[in-house]
Amino acid sequence: MSGKTLTEKILEKNSGKPVSPGEVIETKVDIVAFHDLTGYHVIEVMEKAGMVKVFDKNKIVIAFDHLAPAPDLRSAEIHVYIRNFVKKLGIPNFHDVNFGILHEVLIEKYALPGQVIVAADSHTTTSGAVGAFAQGLGASDIAAAAITGKIWLSVPEPFKVTLEGTPAKWITGKDVALKLLGDFKADYFNGKSIEVVVKEPYAFPMDYRATTSNMGIEMNADALMFVPDNETKRYIKEMRGYEPQLITPDADAKYSDEHTIELNKMEPLVAAPHSVDNVKVVNEVEGIPVDQVFIGSCTNGRISDFEIAARIMKGKKVKTRCIAIPSSYEMFKRALEAGYVQTLFEAGCVITYGTCGPCLGGHFGILGPGEVAVSTSSRNFKGRMGSPESQVYLSGPAVAAASAVTGKITDPRVIA
Amino acid sequence: MIVEGPVMKFGDKIDTDIIIPARYLKYTDPQYLGQHAMEPLDPEFYKKASKGVILVAGKAFGMGSSREQAAIALKAAGVKAIIAESFARIFFRNAINNGLPVIVLPNATKEINDGEYVKVNVETGEVIVGNKVLKGKGISGMALDILKEGGLIEYLKKVSVK
Repeated sequence: MSGKTLTEKILEKNSGKPVSPGEVIETKVDIVAFHDLTGYHVIEVMEKAGMVKVFDKNKIVIAFDHLAPAPDLRSAEIHVYIRNFVKKLGIPNFHDVNFGILHEVLIEKYALPGQVIVAADSHTTTSGAVGAFAQGLGASDIAAAAITGKIWLSVPEPFKVTLEGTPAKWITGKDVALKLLGDFKADYFNGKSIEVVVKEPYAFPMDYRATTSNMGIEMNADALMFVPDNETKRYIKEMRGYEPQLITPDADAKYSDEHTIELNKMEPLVAAPHSVDNVKVVNEVEGIPVDQVFIGSCTNGRISDFEIAARIMKGKKVKTRCIAIPSSYEMFKRALEAGYVQTLFEAGCVITYGTCGPCLGGHFGILGPGEVAVSTSSRNFKGRMGSPESQVYLSGPAVAAASAVTGKITDPRVIA
Repeated sequence: MIVEGPVMKFGDKIDTDIIIPARYLKYTDPQYLGQHAMEPLDPEFYKKASKGVILVAGKAFGMGSSREQAAIALKAAGVKAIIAESFARIFFRNAINNGLPVIVLPNATKEINDGEYVKVNVETGEVIVGNKVLKGKGISGMALDILKEGGLIEYLKKVSVK
């Protein structure tokens, strides 16, 4: 009998039974989370079902991010509604507008290797970065999970990805995500969980992992987990002061298929409009005039993203509108202390923190008709960031910062 | 459970930002959402779908966000069932949880044409179109129970009474 994958180990632990791919199981959840834009809907479902209660108030995590700070009256009403729920039920892990984007908050403070985490947001896959089985669900499913502490799910087929070597210049987690999307296309991993093994753990740090896991949902993967290693330990120790217990797949675990990426051979990639799997090497689209650059979101709003942006923008002025949003209080504080905020500000960026901002076309930089953006966020669907007549190129922080500096899509290897 | 109606056909990767743009997500009222269903692709969609239609689509239908309003909007606009070559996981669950039948049928976009009349057996996954009987994947188990109750809220109410 072959050994067990990470997926199998986690789901067996939480369901209390052996599991096999394709099987529908009921499993306990360790964390149930939601943000403002889905959260009010979750609470509405609870009210309609006549069950405004939670299975364990310490296991509920709430953060305001999509509508933060409130851009209009309806958003403010939603915030009031959720704050009242938090007060009524006495939920301790509530993070108001000054804290951070839910998925960033989860990996900084809560998510642990081997947990099952569900949240009312598709980018919940982000917590896979620390080795949690993390899935997004709709508001009704999250209401049911919050009430009962359990969910049903179909056990995914495990697929192994190995990252070899150290990343080439300017290559980060975004390029790995885009590489998988370009090579396999957006539907391939439907029903699969991706387990990523990093051969040189410190060469592909947690920030990069969070970006790649975040975009697991764009691959339609059921989960995208990094197999916990010394980098996982280092990150959690650094953020929370304690060392986590690691859970890892058996050495002889059996996967439906395997794939290897050589990081040192990679080139900066972009996803061209209007699809996440319309992936090109940056020089294929070089020179296209850009109106706005966005550096931020739960995909790429971490300290390493701003370190890269600052390195490229240092002493230069941006030629596009440039909006920079560190994903949390902690990330903003670090960017401030390291001088990156100053650098980006002097280059002409508009800066705030802890909001999803223009990623989903909500506020803080919505695109108008005919406009072109380079964005470090996760989706370039038609109309995603505003007008259906706008165009979004997705990239990592280096391409975004380089494009802001020149005013057109730019290969960072050419200018820095 | 049998649903039937004329087909409105779409391609691959119909994402949630197409089904219901984020600017409408601050409300959950079905009527409001229905009027904006598929708006970026066809602002008149809700008028065309209002008499009751079956959507046929390609791969990864509903990919993207977890917004449950995507399922609510389509159902409210008049969509009685969706037949697709594959569905994004979250959308599939959201549809069931809102009482909207979803059937996986390989080659759906090749076998079924826009405007054709189809009859869908939700339990067996059988799709009848003209003289053809196509075999899709039906809904069973708890998902079927939820669907029959009209969605997860109704289902939860019923289970809690027992």
